[in-house]
Amino acid sequence: MAVKSAARAGAGTQAAAAGDKIAVRPARATDISQVAALDKRVTGLAKPDYWQQAFERYSAAPAHACSFLVAESREPSSRQPILGFILGEVRAWEFGSAPCGWVLALSVEPRARLHGVGQALFEAMAAEFKAAGVRQMRTMVARDNRLHLMFFRSEGMTAGPYLQLEKELD
Amino acid sequence: MKLQISSRIAIFALLDLAAPPERQLAVAEIGAKYGVSSHHLAKVMQVLGRAGLVRAVRGARGGYQFSGNARRTTLLDVIELFEQLGPADADAEEPTDEGQVLHDVLVEIDDIARATLGSITLATLLKQVDRRRHGGPRTAAATG
Repeated sequence: MAVKSAARAGAGTQAAAAGDKIAVRPARATDISQVAALDKRVTGLAKPDYWQQAFERYSAAPAHACSFLVAESREPSSRQPILGFILGEVRAWEFGSAPCGWVLALSVEPRARLHGVGQALFEAMAAEFKAAGVRQMRTMVARDNRLHLMFFRSEGMTAGPYLQLEKELD
Repeated sequence: MKLQISSRIAIFALLDLAAPPERQLAVAEIGAKYGVSSHHLAKVMQVLGRAGLVRAVRGARGGYQFSGNARRTTLLDVIELFEQLGPADADAEEPTDEGQVLHDVLVEIDDIARATLGSITLATLLKQVDRRRHGGPRTAAATG
């Protein structure tokens, strides 16, 4: 089973602009254990159930509206695991916001960073969002996560019109 | 927020030098572009040199070259060479509750400003400059 989408078939082609050696494709059921393992390596937190449920939910969602993409090497001889993944979906009218593509997760294998993997994933997701009919994408990054902030900035993202607020509950 | 003139000059000089990374410029050339005295600019370049962001090139056509990593050098890295951002002591205790809550709000604002400046690299700024020159959006939403 793979997450379905009309634009998804072309995701690899679009991503090629960011790196000829990197292909981006829809996630398959067999990728999820690798996604969970990569996420655990990067965040230090194991959450396999979350990734499995996200995959199942996105597989059943309308094309383009929800995308779960993975990046892998284009080299035929390469049998290495996936190099990264991105999760995104179009949400509408929450917080008063017009339809907008949300990047909910993005991770790149640490040893594969600075080789265009993140950019390929980001551009493929942008293509998904465009195919879904939205013209804006959004994400949220921890203030102290300088690496992710630098990456999203380098992709042209800037502070948006919303402020995130929170409160400790007694 | 406002930046001190030395911070602004330093950012401009680094952008000019890093645009093509091997570019070599004399202090007078950079100073003329931004209307800054060579004397002031030379002091700024000395600080950037000590930070490893530029190196002096000697000779008749001497000047400076960029020697940092444009994809990893942020505005915050540069600005903090010349000025301290935000309150002198974020953990300071104010003598009144009113003073403390106001202090907390100002620290919150400073934290956001620092996160923003710490996320924008010289490479991202150069992309924005390039896009602006080629007719892209004039807002801060230009591609980084």
